[in-house]
Amino acid sequence: MTIAQETLPAYPMRKAPGCPFDPPPELGELQRQGPIAKVRLWDGSTPWLVTGFAEQRTLLRDARLSSDVTRPGFPTIVPVLPTAAGQGLSFIRMDDPDHARLRRMVTANFAIKRVEAMRPAVQRIVDELIDGLLAGPRPVDLVEAFALPVPSRVICDLLGVPYADHGFFQDNSKVLIRRSVTAEERAAARTRLFDYLDGLIEEKTKRPADDLLSELAARVTAGELTRAEAAQMGVLMLVAGHETTANMIALGTFALLEYPGELARLRGDETDPDLVASAVNELLRYLNITHTGRVRQVLADIEIAGEVLRAGDGVILANDIGNRDPAAFPDPDRLDLGREARNHVAFGFGVHQCLGQPLARLELQVVYGTLYRRIPDLRLAVEPADVPLKHDGFVYGVYELPVTW
Amino acid sequence: MKLTVDQDVCCGAGQCVLLAPEVFDQREQDGIVVLLDETPADALHEVVREAAAVCPAGAISVEEGR
Ligand code: HEM
Ligand code: SF4
Repeated sequence: MTIAQETLPAYPMRKAPGCPFDPPPELGELQRQGPIAKVRLWDGSTPWLVTGFAEQRTLLRDARLSSDVTRPGFPTIVPVLPTAAGQGLSFIRMDDPDHARLRRMVTANFAIKRVEAMRPAVQRIVDELIDGLLAGPRPVDLVEAFALPVPSRVICDLLGVPYADHGFFQDNSKVLIRRSVTAEERAAARTRLFDYLDGLIEEKTKRPADDLLSELAARVTAGELTRAEAAQMGVLMLVAGHETTANMIALGTFALLEYPGELARLRGDETDPDLVASAVNELLRYLNITHTGRVRQVLADIEIAGEVLRAGDGVILANDIGNRDPAAFPDPDRLDLGREARNHVAFGFGVHQCLGQPLARLELQVVYGTLYRRIPDLRLAVEPADVPLKHDGFVYGVYELPVTW
Repeated sequence: MKLTVDQDVCCGAGQCVLLAPEVFDQREQDGIVVLLDETPADALHEVVREAAAVCPAGAISVEEGR
């Protein structure tokens, strides 16, 4: 048993040098052998690793998989500390019906039509930031000057978080999504963000405004929600709302600069909204920045692909390699902005599928549809090999993207 | 084709509305799916099948040939 365990591949794996946009080669190897395998985590535990696209979708829709990290034996990608007393968890770590109860309190804010109505405001933010780039010095780090500010400003407006605090919440979010920090450092960052959102909820209770946190504050007052639940939801939306999209903006730009033929399609004289929309889905599929998988635990035995997943087993669904499954996407390792890739699993699948995806799509459509047309000769200011990569992130991307034009 | 949606399992991700706004909408108050057309026209069948397939929660059921 122990010997077999030691020979299992260690997860997560590292992307190959010189292939910043591709999943680790070992994942492709496992996928070729079959849709499900066993792997070994940092603590010696041996969860299932699901690499097949179809099997990932089937399992993520299955209510016999739990997201509740407080369950004994729940797999973790890194060492974690128990949640601090009084903080509770956000709904991304809960199962239905608790998850659905909380998620439904904010879902309307992310409904397709509500988000589409935000397009002019997002366009204005993007245009202002590009004006700033054009007026500023060159070279410039696209992450700090553009990729982070776009989604941060959008989510601040939606939630009612003062943008002036962006340094604080961006720095603490960076700690949360980094694998190479200690469990103590991550817990401390989480507590700082929790306290900050808790304070904002208190303020919105006294002075409500037209924003999402004020809606949550009103629900707390009405007794539908506890203060801690509201604060946790705020943390979740603030962190998920800016870091992921920022990484898609910067890493997506890096990828497009490396594939000038694809970039030229986006830069055409006129913006083609259909091409921009499919480009967003294709870049989400191809880059799959949430590259350490969806993590779950089996509640009751599940038979799939000739295996039996037993109650208590850990399961990791590696969406990065699922999005490169040749059975789902022909020639999967090619970036093709015109591809019909809208069934990708970069936002996950099942009831936890990204709540913010309409907003993320909108932001990326506006960015990809505007940036390269307004700065047509945008280029890297360093060698591609010198762009620092977030190998150690829960969310993948670039730490910096020095560009010029 | 006859369509049904299960509002209890819908997670409001809006994939269906994105694909077939003629057939699906989201409730104003909580973003949960509402069916606008139980028996969509033939021209919409393919996109409705796709909506059922991409619905993350499996909330859309399609009964063919009715
Ligand atoms: C390109 C950008 C984004 C990517 C790639 C992304 C990816 C994901 C993924 C993979 C999940 C599923 C987690 C799981 O199954 O365990 C998720 C959940 C979530 N995302 Fe996003 N996300 C993005 C942008 C956003 C934005 C802009 C928001 C805005 C608030 C957001 C809010 C959330 C929330 C609240 C959840 C939890 C949903 C639940 O558990 O029901 N995300 N995201
Ligand atoms: S795609 Fe499914 S989960 Fe999403 S809104 Fe439509 S019915 Fe609900």
